[in-house]
Amino acid sequence: MFQQSSTARVVSPVQPRKLAKVPFVEMADGRLQGVVSSGSDIERVYVSSISAGTHGFSCSTNNNRPCGGLYGSPCKHLRSLVAEAVLQYGAERVARYLRVEAGPDDDLLSCLNGSVEATPAAAVFSRFLRHLAYLELPVTATGAAEMHWFPATGVR
Amino acid sequence: MLGVQLAALQGETPAGCAAALDLVDGFDQALEHGFARLGEERAQAVVALAAALAGSPLGERAAEAAAKVATGVITEDHLLVLAGARTAVLGAVHDALLATADAALGRTRATWPGQTQAASASSAGVASWLAELAITGWRGVDHDLVSAASQPIEAVLGDPATRGLAVLLDGFAAELHASCPIGTMPEIPARRWGDLWARAMLLTRGEPAAQATPVTGRLLPLGVDVHEHATAVQAQLHAVLERPGGERELVRASVVAAKVDTITGPAVWRLFGAYPSLLAAMAEHRAVELSDMPLTPAGDLLWDESLAKPGDPADPFATARVLLAESQSPPTPPLHRHPVRLAEPVLVEGYTGDGRTLRLDGYEIPLTAPPATGPVTTPLVKASKSCVALLCWDDGRWMLRPLAVQGKKGAHNGEWALATDAKIAKAGEAVGVLRERAGRLLRK
Repeated sequence: MFQQSSTARVVSPVQPRKLAKVPFVEMADGRLQGVVSSGSDIERVYVSSISAGTHGFSCSTNNNRPCGGLYGSPCKHLRSLVAEAVLQYGAERVARYLRVEAGPDDDLLSCLNGSVEATPAAAVFSRFLRHLAYLELPVTATGAAEMHWFPATGVR
Repeated sequence: MLGVQLAALQGETPAGCAAALDLVDGFDQALEHGFARLGEERAQAVVALAAALAGSPLGERAAEAAAKVATGVITEDHLLVLAGARTAVLGAVHDALLATADAALGRTRATWPGQTQAASASSAGVASWLAELAITGWRGVDHDLVSAASQPIEAVLGDPATRGLAVLLDGFAAELHASCPIGTMPEIPARRWGDLWARAMLLTRGEPAAQATPVTGRLLPLGVDVHEHATAVQAQLHAVLERPGGERELVRASVVAAKVDTITGPAVWRLFGAYPSLLAAMAEHRAVELSDMPLTPAGDLLWDESLAKPGDPADPFATARVLLAESQSPPTPPLHRHPVRLAEPVLVEGYTGDGRTLRLDGYEIPLTAPPATGPVTTPLVKASKSCVALLCWDDGRWMLRPLAVQGKKGAHNGEWALATDAKIAKAGEAVGVLRERAGRLLRK
């Protein structure tokens, strides 16, 4: 029984995907948001987001310069963000979070009916940096007994 | 493991276990609805849990805390004592189950040396967040309350001494976040969240450091167990340690890495690159010569690459067949005694099954799904004739977690640890990509 299991599975794990183009995607703070690496400048990244419910979208560089590709409709960065989110979470979970009415084969982006909104770039970018900071923590060999509550289980 | 051993194991639940778990469930109801809204029935459940400790060193304090909480006086200290009471009751269940397993399997187990050492660290921020959770109750938890954990978690993440607390809290907070609004969840994972809450509460007072002693001998791998949530992964090697005098004992070697959710499946091995000898033992089942490697009384090797020298491959199934039954098992440290910690390596042969349940001489035992970090799959388990597995207990029943299988096609959970296969190496590129991004963006 779910209620009396110490190892009950509460969150579904995400699917691995290639991270080169879109290193970070999350559904948090009422938005599908993430970071898209610039195709031309290795130093530059775009912060893209779509609000759940209203579907307002935004895209800008991490220094808050608006994305040049955003003319009243989603740019290529937003397109990549949604495509990678679908790989990571599955189309159904993304559609549910954004509150999009879409069939299993529909292109999620074309089902959105929002417009350009103010960008939360700084907040999203700092969440990305915090995400990256995990990889900087040292590996330890003392073991964590607490991890027994999190057995890795496949879906295969 | 033989059919008769399985029968002995599953025959009778140890006396008192059901009653003890009922007390825990009662307490977990209080956590579900919140100590601020205890009500008569749930207040009695809290008092009953505390009463189970009467006559133990914690008895008096537990009774006092329960009485106060029942009248609405809820302090962090009271909640800490009650977390201790819940932990002690589950510790007793652990001990009874482990004794059953040892009797059924004919295992001998070393006794805990009884050493105690003052706890090292403490985290006030985490304790007050946990108290807030308990007062609110799972059903009242919202995004704001969960988000309030970010700061205290960040503080404990940075300190290696509180790493266990940090990985626990991070996994716990992520579950609460993903479950909001919890009030509308059809079912609450009450046992699990009660466990995580109580364990975290105790860890806010630090954990007694393990007193390790150096050991020399040959390490013979049995199999690899993997634990993972979005931001942490642990690979744990179960092995037999053969001392120069011929004594043999079961030990573990574990590595824990922080990670992100998108690094999952085979990619996680790339995180452990600093431990090539341990990975060789995991991936190629190499025997490892240890010289003066620290070993805790709980059977945990504190792995130091400079003290390990990988040798020739040693078949884990041969080790399991020949040495497992006669190797001494380690004791569990008092604070770690909880049914979730039960993980006894066993060898099972000559069974049938569908990959989810194993049948042996007319007895059945459920199997857990193999992790995506290795090549063992449910169809391979189904087709197998022998397996090395961990005997575990959860949700009122024993189960097996396969670590390695043998049959027409064999596979081991740790096989991909060295990523010699091109496909597996490619999966590890995710780590490289994020490290590059971190290098470029974090230090600006």
